[in-house]
Amino acid sequence: MSEEIKEITTQEFKLNMGPQHPSTHGVYRAILTMDGEYIVDVENVMGYLHRGMEKIAENRSYTKFIPYTDRLDYLAAALNNWAYVGVVEKLMQIEVPERAEYMRVILGELQRIASHLVYTASFAIDLSGWTAWLYMFRDREKILDLFEMATGARLTLNSMRIGGMPSEFPPEFFPALEKLLDELPGCFEEYDGIITGNEIFQARTKNIGVMDVDTIINYGLGGPNLRASGLKYDLRKDMPYSVYDRFDFEVPVGEIGDCFDRYLVRMQEMRQSTRIIRQALEQMPEGPIMAKVPKVIKPPKGEAYYHIEGAKGWLGFYLVSDGSTNPYRLHIHSPSFVSLGAFPEMARGGNVQDLVSVIASIDIVLGEVDR
Amino acid sequence: MDFIKTIVELFEDKVEVIEGMDYPTFKVKKEDFLSVVTSLKTSEVLEFTFLIDLTAVEYDEYFEAVYHLMNLSNKQIIRLKVQLDKNNPSIASLTRLYKAADLQEKETYDLMGINYEGHEGLKRVLCPDDFEGHPLRKDYVMPDRGSK
Repeated sequence: MSEEIKEITTQEFKLNMGPQHPSTHGVYRAILTMDGEYIVDVENVMGYLHRGMEKIAENRSYTKFIPYTDRLDYLAAALNNWAYVGVVEKLMQIEVPERAEYMRVILGELQRIASHLVYTASFAIDLSGWTAWLYMFRDREKILDLFEMATGARLTLNSMRIGGMPSEFPPEFFPALEKLLDELPGCFEEYDGIITGNEIFQARTKNIGVMDVDTIINYGLGGPNLRASGLKYDLRKDMPYSVYDRFDFEVPVGEIGDCFDRYLVRMQEMRQSTRIIRQALEQMPEGPIMAKVPKVIKPPKGEAYYHIEGAKGWLGFYLVSDGSTNPYRLHIHSPSFVSLGAFPEMARGGNVQDLVSVIASIDIVLGEVDR
Repeated sequence: MDFIKTIVELFEDKVEVIEGMDYPTFKVKKEDFLSVVTSLKTSEVLEFTFLIDLTAVEYDEYFEAVYHLMNLSNKQIIRLKVQLDKNNPSIASLTRLYKAADLQEKETYDLMGINYEGHEGLKRVLCPDDFEGHPLRKDYVMPDRGSK
């Protein structure tokens, strides 16, 4: 910038983005304070999709709330189911049969891949890579077909029960899954060719929205966003729940925590998920899929916090029971909501096109943000 | 577990251990809360640098603010509980220690009506600005939408 241009005084102005905007991934609104082309500040405006989930839970029985969890992060319903039934099982000290645990791992990891596929697809389309979109959705379709076989639904799976799984996978599920696992590595290669190596994609994501690991920790971001900044920390590995301690898999990490790292971490995570599913298929024992639980779920008086490695970050449920048939208080700790908290700082200093790539890279789903 | 002993020794009568919980749980007095969390975060032996979650629960006699903190390197999770006045629930804000607290305190203020002292720009985040009442309170009644 020449001396002359620096001296020009500019006036800050407000720019509205959303709530109806293709790159906000739902009904989210950002009020941008701009200095010319550059972003001075971002104000989050959310709540357009607030349905009062936590209040609804207080008026439903424990089992009846499972379908509601599908509608939190609607791209990762199985993982939401898992975190919710997990907290009730923890409070009631139910031991879930091994076969059910393995079935949960298979569904959960498939769901993680499906969620990351939507992430990469919409990331590409936000940066005008229209072609890529179809590749990911072609393959996600196959995963949704598997979900349909296993649960009868494609998006809102309602796939788990307190104490285990509602039903066995049908016989046609396993060959279809094997076929998918054979195909997926080739698909990932395709994505690398069409997105990762793309010059425009790299130019718009590298060194954009950088956040170092200490700031990420301070903002309370877990999951892929934390790992993208360089900390190797995965709840599946570091505080293993379910049967995750029995699998051999890598935890991919990024280097500097820019948009490209956040993308790359998720791309590699999908590959690791296929490894986990293969091992789960090999190790899966025969046996019951449902623990002995009473017909009416009545956890003892007390409280529990349970969190899992969700697709968007650490998804936690805090449950307080008064010994009755309904939860006394259920708090949902949603990773997308927490990620949005860090979004203004990531976007500051960039211009509007950087902001689009930052918001795509942190992976938010508004159903989960607003609950 | 050693770190529970360390915490009890460090804070003496400021914290009270609650037994029989899924995670080590400590009851903290409202006036000691900020100093306790500051030491938990900055102390070299404890290093609870990660605020996993914060929320609040309403009971018949009082409100209770609940915090989950984590030490990433030692993989320890603790829970802090602070009893708040039923009529005017307020507690010190953690925004100066954890940026994560900013949005989550706004949420708890919005839905439960807890006042976080020292939080700059505490306002509603999920409900509309002109919303009346705090929906997660037990005495909240859904407004009548008229008969169909």
